[in-house]
Amino acid sequence: MTVVADTGTRRFALIGTPNSGKTALFNALTGSRQKVANYPGVTVERKSGALKTPSGLTVNLLDLPGTYSLRARSPDEEVTRDVVLGRFDETPDLLVCVADATNLRLALRLVLELKRVGRPLLLVLNMIDIAKRRGVEIDLAKLSAELGVPVITAAAVRRGGVDDLMARLDELAGHEALPAAAPANWQAPTTSELRAGQREADRIIKATVHMPAKPDTLTTRIDAVLLHPVFGLIFLLVLLFVMFQAVFTWAKPLMDLITGGFEGLGVLAAAYLPDGLLLSFIKDGVLSGVGSVIVFLPQILILFLFILLLEDLGYMARAAFLMDRIMGGAGLHGRAFIPLLSSFACAIPGIMATRVIDNPRDRLTTIMVAPLMTCSARIPVYTLIIAAFIPDKEVFGFFGLQGLVMFGLYAAGIISALAVSAVFKYVFWRDTPTPPFMLELPDYKLPQPRSVVIGLYTRAKMFLTRAGTTIFSMMVLIWFLASFPRPPEGATEPAIDFSLASIIGHAIEPLLAPVGFNWQIAVALIPGMAAREVAVAALGTVYAIEGGKEAAEQIGQALANKWSLATALAMLAWYVFAPQCASTLAVIKRETGGWKWMWITFFYMLALAYIAAFATYNIAVALGAG
Amino acid sequence: MACNGHDTSKLTDGSLLGEAPRGFRGHIEAIEVNGHSGLPVGELERRLIELGFTEGAHVEILHEGAIGRDPIAVRVNDATVALRRREAMAIRVV
Repeated sequence: MTVVADTGTRRFALIGTPNSGKTALFNALTGSRQKVANYPGVTVERKSGALKTPSGLTVNLLDLPGTYSLRARSPDEEVTRDVVLGRFDETPDLLVCVADATNLRLALRLVLELKRVGRPLLLVLNMIDIAKRRGVEIDLAKLSAELGVPVITAAAVRRGGVDDLMARLDELAGHEALPAAAPANWQAPTTSELRAGQREADRIIKATVHMPAKPDTLTTRIDAVLLHPVFGLIFLLVLLFVMFQAVFTWAKPLMDLITGGFEGLGVLAAAYLPDGLLLSFIKDGVLSGVGSVIVFLPQILILFLFILLLEDLGYMARAAFLMDRIMGGAGLHGRAFIPLLSSFACAIPGIMATRVIDNPRDRLTTIMVAPLMTCSARIPVYTLIIAAFIPDKEVFGFFGLQGLVMFGLYAAGIISALAVSAVFKYVFWRDTPTPPFMLELPDYKLPQPRSVVIGLYTRAKMFLTRAGTTIFSMMVLIWFLASFPRPPEGATEPAIDFSLASIIGHAIEPLLAPVGFNWQIAVALIPGMAAREVAVAALGTVYAIEGGKEAAEQIGQALANKWSLATALAMLAWYVFAPQCASTLAVIKRETGGWKWMWITFFYMLALAYIAAFATYNIAVALGAG
Repeated sequence: MACNGHDTSKLTDGSLLGEAPRGFRGHIEAIEVNGHSGLPVGELERRLIELGFTEGAHVEILHEGAIGRDPIAVRVNDATVALRRREAMAIRVV
């Protein structure tokens, strides 16, 4: 095989241990020219970007998932291994191993392991600025000689901090052809090889690195408070409270703006298009469908802003440490708590955030219980029913009854999520042992605004792409069900009464009668699959109320006249559990890589919803609320 | 207390890191996996090594959780690692 120097772009891959500052370096090298996709067949993010070298060459830079070894214990680490070994089509021409200059032990062992693969290798000592400030002295020439690998320093977050590295990469990219040796019969390192590797790494460190007597005192002092068994937990709770408040209050004006914008577009469409099917499709299908999803973008961005800041600060690992035992009792990993917390805004970013959990079983449990957390789309439904049925009076002198019911619904969501994961742990996975909780607690670092912005931008792009594809097609399907067949000429009833949704609604009504639901509710639940709060507008439609969403108060009055208290309470109980969200199901399918877990989630939630609504309805009737 | 001297907080020979109190300082004598963890024996040993728990490494228990003093945050040479006491039972220290 002949390799012509200037055909195709060079492919370099960044590899390193977690917390090595690999992503910051990737951001510094590629800027905003990044692409996030998935590796074929697996749900591992594939981050690549174009790197322009000083002499004008383009290099395709791949950011591989962080790993301590090529032994590959998680899907992410398998991708790293397979790319390094050239098992994907994209064999890298050069491996750039990134190491935290202040914490070289584990990284050097990885370098020694990578050397065995036989690909061109370059070691980058990142965060060299911090190392120098702390008094870490590294004999670069000797380190390079001992390792047999070229070594270069970088400070990814400093201006000009990657210039040396850039020049070196430029040089390497310009080479005629880098030897792309294929690793012949590579085998995972054994226990004794790992041990020998670490011993060798320790020997090299002793010979080339002079560490200061005192470790990072700032981190130690901060941790004395933040990891304190009492103050640490209090701080975490306060932080969660602030985060929660921010997600709801800061996002509000932006969400109103988006809702207003889409309504405006709807009005515009109505003004320019003739009344009919096309208008209905654009207005009720496309605009309100996509709008009802995009409205969550501000909440998702604020949530990810917090997640990215805390992650970059190094606090996320500490939060997992503090929560591990508390979550562990319910069979959840310490790291599950951020995804679950995110799910209070919306289960979609919550499920996306489960990628931080490396154990597949822990991740799966978290994904399956995430939709039980009370997401913000349930709020319009809850407030509507509570306002219409729960008297606005005080209990015990100072608690509002309505607020108390709302709190109870949130609590029901949390308790059921913990209970379901406990059931998974003690019933279905009884025989599989609990995966361990082991992770490095990195030193605290100030987050870099640029990294945060790039992170937010990629999340927003991912979410909008999905809103534009999967979710959009679901919305069209649901619009179709609610709009066809068309009502006959001169019909006075609402159009939805003649639709497939109505036919399905009437068909399932007998099934829902035991939980106290009438056919109108059954019909409203179908468009409610698009997004939970759409059910509010749908109820308005079936009860023939003009004005749609603005008329929430009227809908409430209509419901108060037509439903019994028992039905209303059953509806609340139903909404705590019901899998009424097509987009969440779509994300579960995507993240778990198949239909199986999506259907399991769908049916267990449906069963819980039915049982809860049934019990609520019958108890309420027995107590005289029928 | 973390400020305990090197000698006073040392336990008798051959204690387990999983049983050591906060503030303990010492060196790793051996990794001996004895079925405490949910992982297969060899796998736990390999993961501990990957996180730097090798013979001779200096360890110090910096922090512990509120419930059952678990998990623990351990300084291993120049890095800090969090793990549960269950897994730390495989680390023999002096």
